[in-house]
Amino acid sequence: MSVDQEALRQIKEQERYDFQTEIDYSHRSRRGIGQDVVREISALKSEPEWMLDFRLKALDIFFDMPMPTWGVDLEALDFEQFYYFMRATPTKQRSWDDVPEAIKDTFEKLGIPEAERKYLAGVETQMDSEAVYSSLKEEWERHGIIFVDMDTAVREHSDLVRAHISKVVPPRDNKFAALNSAFWSGGSFVYVPPGVDVEIPLQAYFRINAQSLGQFERTIIIADEGSNVHYIEGCTAPQYTEAALHTGVIEIFVKKGAHARYTTIQNWSRNVYNLVTQRAVVDEDGLMEWVDGNLGSGVTMKYPAVLLRGPRARGEVLSIAFAGDGQHYDAGAKAIHLAPHTSSMITSKSISKGDGHSGFRGLVRIARGAEGAQSKVVCDALLLDPASRSDTYPYIDVNEDNAKVEHEATVSKISEDQLFYLMSRGLTEQQASAIIINGFLEPFVKELPMEYAVELNRLVQLQMEGSVG
Amino acid sequence: MALEIRDLHVTVEGKEILKGVSLVVERGQTYALMGPNGSGKSTLSYTLMGHPKYIITHGDILLDGTSLLPLAPDERARQGLFLAMQYPVAVSGVTFHSFLHAATSAVRGYGDKAREAVSGRLNAHLMPMREFRQEVNEQMDLLKMDPSFMRRYLNEGFSGGEKKRAEILQMAMLKPKYAILDETDSGLDIDALRIVSEGVNRLQGALDMGLLVITHYQRILNYIHPDVVHIFFDGRIVKTGDAKLVDVLEEHGYEWVRLEVEG
Repeated sequence: MSVDQEALRQIKEQERYDFQTEIDYSHRSRRGIGQDVVREISALKSEPEWMLDFRLKALDIFFDMPMPTWGVDLEALDFEQFYYFMRATPTKQRSWDDVPEAIKDTFEKLGIPEAERKYLAGVETQMDSEAVYSSLKEEWERHGIIFVDMDTAVREHSDLVRAHISKVVPPRDNKFAALNSAFWSGGSFVYVPPGVDVEIPLQAYFRINAQSLGQFERTIIIADEGSNVHYIEGCTAPQYTEAALHTGVIEIFVKKGAHARYTTIQNWSRNVYNLVTQRAVVDEDGLMEWVDGNLGSGVTMKYPAVLLRGPRARGEVLSIAFAGDGQHYDAGAKAIHLAPHTSSMITSKSISKGDGHSGFRGLVRIARGAEGAQSKVVCDALLLDPASRSDTYPYIDVNEDNAKVEHEATVSKISEDQLFYLMSRGLTEQQASAIIINGFLEPFVKELPMEYAVELNRLVQLQMEGSVG
Repeated sequence: MALEIRDLHVTVEGKEILKGVSLVVERGQTYALMGPNGSGKSTLSYTLMGHPKYIITHGDILLDGTSLLPLAPDERARQGLFLAMQYPVAVSGVTFHSFLHAATSAVRGYGDKAREAVSGRLNAHLMPMREFRQEVNEQMDLLKMDPSFMRRYLNEGFSGGEKKRAEILQMAMLKPKYAILDETDSGLDIDALRIVSEGVNRLQGALDMGLLVITHYQRILNYIHPDVVHIFFDGRIVKTGDAKLVDVLEEHGYEWVRLEVEG
């Protein structure tokens, strides 16, 4: 019996972390890239003229720019093979009756509550979030906080969007930023008024009927003077997409004395190219924190950046990457110090398993005049297998005498003595390895909200068992 | 009921360190294994626990009649064997609490219980938190350990005395049938030595443990009284006697043993 139950438990885990809801697309553009596709997207969204212009200019830039030739292997990436716009029908869902008896049975045995069962089985895409969302929404509106999907923002807050979009990440920044600018769809728009402290993190998950994590999400967050906001994007469940290309652009404005944190845990299915540009500009006494977890996708390029342009502005980037078999991350961080007494802290932790390959690329630039600037970069890599690989590429460019930049890098393996010690206390080799890895990730995990921390630990365990992907 | 070591030969990186060790540890009894540095005492303790670096070329280790040789260290621990290490390793980011909770649960069979019974309870493979906390707090009181200890990372930045107390606390929670104390007295001041020794004696009484105390000095044996004393030299036991042997050794030093063996 226990073997069957073990199998059922595994089905449940798979269902939970790897379920792919069958989606009907009410509209989908033709394959490939062209002005016609851009016009079609813009028309379908009933966008103002300026946005269509923005998209078309970005498309020209995209054609104009070369492919990056560093970092990851993009040889096989064929832009013509993808769909650039897909609108899912939210009403057409799998029904509870279609769920296999074996799975219903497992849920029953596991004592999973009714509402949760439907969610796990892919019958409902949101779990009881509607009620939570609407009460929070009232609270947000009372404080003048804007938290909507980008399509809504373009319609309802056109001037605000227009004043900020592409001001931190211009289309010409890189080829994928140009691609996103031309074809973006979904993403969040957040505005927090001066002095407002948003106590509960804003989660894209709360937003209903929005494609929170589209292929080409475009997110803008504006933390006005003295405000405080934590935004959480994504979730730990693998996101399956047929399109296999994810190119997001995230732009964050941290005004004087404000504090913004952006947390994301990315767990795309393994067929995905994940090429994301995340950048924040930080004014006087502001603080920006990127908390960035990467577990999924096949190939990832992602370098969350902080532009510290006001005196005493601070930026922190804390990231983890877990590269399993066949996965390649070229991830890292950038800190650009443009003003005096700015400080940055970059902490990167990577784990490579099997033939997983995890690269860290960090850039610290201290401009002339940024006196008293300080930056510290720490990157630790943990290799689990002989074929695992880790690389570190630190670029440090200091143009000011009175500045301090530190860089530390370690590469380690799970030590035989640590394993032996834990195993001598009754823990299996797998449990012992998982404990050591969780310990390695602890500085990251402790920054996550509780439910994410629990999920991440579970995901790491699944990744260890090789049952993800 | 005994831990039995039969003519054990062990090599490390191709070099023979143990050259035919035989001894028996019966439950409820205390054995001292005394020897100079480099005589192979720690090799014996690691080999008993199953460290992969130590290769057994001949002989056997039996726990209550069953050979331990095919078993991994975790299986040996679950069979009731415990090794208090001379140099417990640090594991960064792992709190002593979460480690000890996982280890106690594993040794007490919660993992197996969770696999057998389908239960919706989250963390069914772990001992219920309340029970665990209560028990661990009692044991920490007895070892005069501060509760804040549980929030620290495993052995990271622990002083010598803290490490040894932490080892004995683990022993108290894992409740072994047979325990090996490898140089537990090293790095302890006199007060800590007394507290740790009292803890060991108390546990031995409560659990009816067979105890093998490996040491260089006689100091710890003033607190933990051995029934049998073995003197270890160059990978084998060269003398066996009662507690009086400790005094002889104290008086004449290991040089006396060397002369007798090589003489």
